[in-house]
Amino acid sequence: MAYSVDPPPADTAAAPAIPETDAGEGIWTHKLNLWYGAFQALRDVSVHFRRGLITGLIGPSGCGKTTLLRCFNRINERYPGVRTAGEIRILGKNIYDPDVSLVELRKAVGMVFQRPNPLPLSVYENVVFGLRTHTPRSELTRRLLDDEVERALTEVGLWHHLKDRLGARATSLQLEQQQKLCIARLLPLKPDIILMDEPCSALDVEGTRAIEELMFQLRGRYTIVIVTHNMAQARRTSDECLFMLLGEMVEHARTADLFLNPRDSRTAEYIEGRYG
Amino acid sequence: MNPVPVTSVQARFTRTPLVVRKERQQAAVRLVLLAMAVLMVLPLVAIVGHLVVQAWPALSWEFLVDVPRRGMTEGGIWPALVGTVYLVFISLAVSAPIGVLAAIYLNEYARDNWFTRAINLAVITLAGVPSIVHALFGLGAFVYAARFGYSILAASLTLAIMTLPVIIASTREALAAVPVAFREACWNVGATRWQTIRAIVLPNSISGILTGVILQVSRAAGETAPILFTGAVFFKAVQRGDLFPYRLTDQCMALSMHLYTVSTQVPNVREAIPWATAVVLLGAVLAVNAAAIALRVWLRNRKRW
Repeated sequence: MAYSVDPPPADTAAAPAIPETDAGEGIWTHKLNLWYGAFQALRDVSVHFRRGLITGLIGPSGCGKTTLLRCFNRINERYPGVRTAGEIRILGKNIYDPDVSLVELRKAVGMVFQRPNPLPLSVYENVVFGLRTHTPRSELTRRLLDDEVERALTEVGLWHHLKDRLGARATSLQLEQQQKLCIARLLPLKPDIILMDEPCSALDVEGTRAIEELMFQLRGRYTIVIVTHNMAQARRTSDECLFMLLGEMVEHARTADLFLNPRDSRTAEYIEGRYG
Repeated sequence: MNPVPVTSVQARFTRTPLVVRKERQQAAVRLVLLAMAVLMVLPLVAIVGHLVVQAWPALSWEFLVDVPRRGMTEGGIWPALVGTVYLVFISLAVSAPIGVLAAIYLNEYARDNWFTRAINLAVITLAGVPSIVHALFGLGAFVYAARFGYSILAASLTLAIMTLPVIIASTREALAAVPVAFREACWNVGATRWQTIRAIVLPNSISGILTGVILQVSRAAGETAPILFTGAVFFKAVQRGDLFPYRLTDQCMALSMHLYTVSTQVPNVREAIPWATAVVLLGAVLAVNAAAIALRVWLRNRKRW
């Protein structure tokens, strides 16, 4: 297959495809392109992730779904050779605007990784890590921190299990609990969006079920985007689904429609398991 | 179909001549490798054994805290011992902060561009410079250009430059051993690089960093060339057991230098004295290295991921 290494066309931002009326809702991307050096990983991706829903990102390995996910909190840019063009609007703001602070952006857009990555600190300190990072020390009372820990751990269903072990090292927990803790760690920062990059691929069946149930509980309050290799999981958990191939968005529809009546033949062949 | 003869079933899986030959080769190779490993330990045992036996008559507490007497033919090594401590301490007080901070920049902040590559090249080159060249540089830069004169300060700074690249390398290694996933987790809640370093990277790499620094103590203590040109002297009159006999602008005695002096420069030295000096130097270095290992074990036990 031939990948173009041409620079992006100059008029990418010209046509305002994002309606102003509900531009504040969820995530909009417009003609989003991304290159790793000379390799183009995303090609003119224009898509709307609706607020409060769970959107699944599916597609074969290397199709750009993780790359797309990592654009939304701009964590891609930590790595050398990454260039982007196009537009991403989150809460109505283009996150590539020069006045956007990465620190503030990442407060609003949290991410859960493939392998649970709790910090090598206590459970308690993991949950309040974000608060400590963003709040002046004088404003952090013990009371406030305790409340936040209880609220966040309750929300992910860990409070009952861990309330007597808050001082335990987070890295000593079971994987499932670690992953829940990683989600809990985002909550005190009051994010609008939670990005999940194959959050269950390191977990067993029970752990996967637990995380999926947690996703349903968070649904509505947070816009959730989940990348998954597991098509059954995408079908179970997502409201809408996005099928990607070779860096392009092929099809975006309600999950039931996408799996039952795919419009594109490439989607149909992928969900039938012909390739990928 | 030919029925399989019974004899061949009995012979199945037995050693063929080829296998026997290979097994012999393998046993022979193993023996040779083992012999080399043992051979490597022999010189160490021989050196230490010989040193201690020769030094035995002179070794005592008195030898450590007394000053050299009768034209250095008798007495102890106190001024040299204290001088070495001064040199090592001051040189590391300079090179450890610079080296560690530089390594943090290189590992955590620097992008891969020509500037970073130039710094890396400089570090590698600096590490390969022979110590006698460092000595000459120290003489020119610190003794003359900076007008420190022949002094502890000039000698320490020369040693500092010599130990710097190794401290940078070992610190970078320690930092790189902290998993990237931890850093991503921090960035992901909006922590800046410095917050990430403070809260996660340094606490988890401090054992490696400290070990690397402490191992440079033995190197700084053992070198003779860099201090020979810049601040070490044959003899300096010092009170017995005085803990602070030198000022920074003074010249000083040092163990490595003293060993050279009493071995080759002074006639009629009591025979055990050079040997005992060597034992003290070796013992001090081994003690520091052991301390480094103990510290690392202790710090490792406190962290777990």
